[in-house]
Amino acid sequence: MILPLRVSDLTFSAGGRAIIDGVSLNIEAGPSTVILGANGAGKSVLMRLMHGLLAPTSGRVEWQAEGARRHQAMVFQRPVMLRRSALGNVVYALESAGVAQASRVAMEALAEVGLAHVAQRPARVLSGGEQQRLALARAWALHPEVLFLDEPTSNLDPGATREIENVIKAFDAAGTKIVMSTHSLGQARRLGDEVIFLHQGRIAERAPIERFFPQPSSPEAAAFVKGELPWA
Amino acid sequence: MLPQRMGKLRLKNMVETILADPRLWQIVVLSLGVSISAVAIATLLGMPVGAAIAVTRFPGRRAIIVILNALMGLPPVVVGLFIYLSLSRAGPLGSLGLLFTPQAMVIAQTVLVLPIIAALTRQAVEDAWREYEEQLRSLGVHGITAAVTVLWDIRFSLLTAVLAGLGRASAEVGAVMIVGGNIDGVTRVMTTAIALETSKGDLPLALGLGLVLMAIVLALNAGAYLVKEAAQRRYG
Repeated sequence: MILPLRVSDLTFSAGGRAIIDGVSLNIEAGPSTVILGANGAGKSVLMRLMHGLLAPTSGRVEWQAEGARRHQAMVFQRPVMLRRSALGNVVYALESAGVAQASRVAMEALAEVGLAHVAQRPARVLSGGEQQRLALARAWALHPEVLFLDEPTSNLDPGATREIENVIKAFDAAGTKIVMSTHSLGQARRLGDEVIFLHQGRIAERAPIERFFPQPSSPEAAAFVKGELPWA
Repeated sequence: MLPQRMGKLRLKNMVETILADPRLWQIVVLSLGVSISAVAIATLLGMPVGAAIAVTRFPGRRAIIVILNALMGLPPVVVGLFIYLSLSRAGPLGSLGLLFTPQAMVIAQTVLVLPIIAALTRQAVEDAWREYEEQLRSLGVHGITAAVTVLWDIRFSLLTAVLAGLGRASAEVGAVMIVGGNIDGVTRVMTTAIALETSKGDLPLALGLGLVLMAIVLALNAGAYLVKEAAQRRYG
């Protein structure tokens, strides 16, 4: 078990500006965590710091166990596919991680997200929604303990968004810890068990979903929830 | 006088005469041999250099990129002059006795083409790396493995860089003229032969060589375009 993840006093500055400013939090196994906030609040940077793609300016990111990299995966806002088949992309990830019987595991993962029928198609000619599902399959095939999702549906239409959300729900139900950033209140409601509300690089509020939406305790979160309501 | 002579030649006869000329094919073969060798060496040296510049950060990197890009437009005669000075008897490499040999021409064209291949590789790898870096690191892929993955993924863009180099090498005249000396049967290539035959007045041979040269350059570019297009369709 690599969880819980302990983040203490984390700061990340770029160009003299603190994008993440003294964040401390614990990520426990179990309920799915949604990192909510406006554009520029620092959601993506916080996820990248936790996943280890960025080195913090100060502060610490500590996993419970050694070798945590192998047990976490990340799906990005824009899927990055290699110029090979859909199946080939999943196989590549598995082989890089040293998984045996990569093709069989990869096919299972493709079936899981409903892409078995396009396994041999070039990944880059798939639609945006299909590519994002493929990215989910690639992450899922590694059977990560923690799955980071950085605004996974912000470039997708409502139909593709629903499909992606269903896949995420299935992974959640299967016991993978979901840590997802979003600026969509609706998506936070649909997928989250708890909300971490980020405002200007700081945690303004952390609350279970059923408490966050009816009565946010911080003025920033209240304003965000109110402002978003007409479109939610 | 010359235009009159040319006017009398029917096109069919002219083409037949030119293509039957054994001198022409000897020149074509030598030209391709020299240019392909130069491009092969420049690829082996230039691609790793270009890729390394693309993915590493070091002081003076931006200056090197600007210089590399500027060297793409290196005048062939200047390259020829420098290689000539290096290979001439009094030069630092004079003891090798390479001046006025095909090897000297390969060296000159390698120097000419190297910046083109390195600079185009640098650009292609840098663009790809910007896109792939986070994903590959997320998958735990580092170092050489990451480099090989990226290079393989953009292999068709790299092929374009190589073909650009080959086009440049086969079409230049200044460098091979200076270091090769345009010696009949030894270092005479298409471009130097065209220059010479034109000044001598043997316009049919010059024209024939010109047509062959243009056909080769056209074929290279058509090939590059088709390969890229097919790859785009096949791999996206």
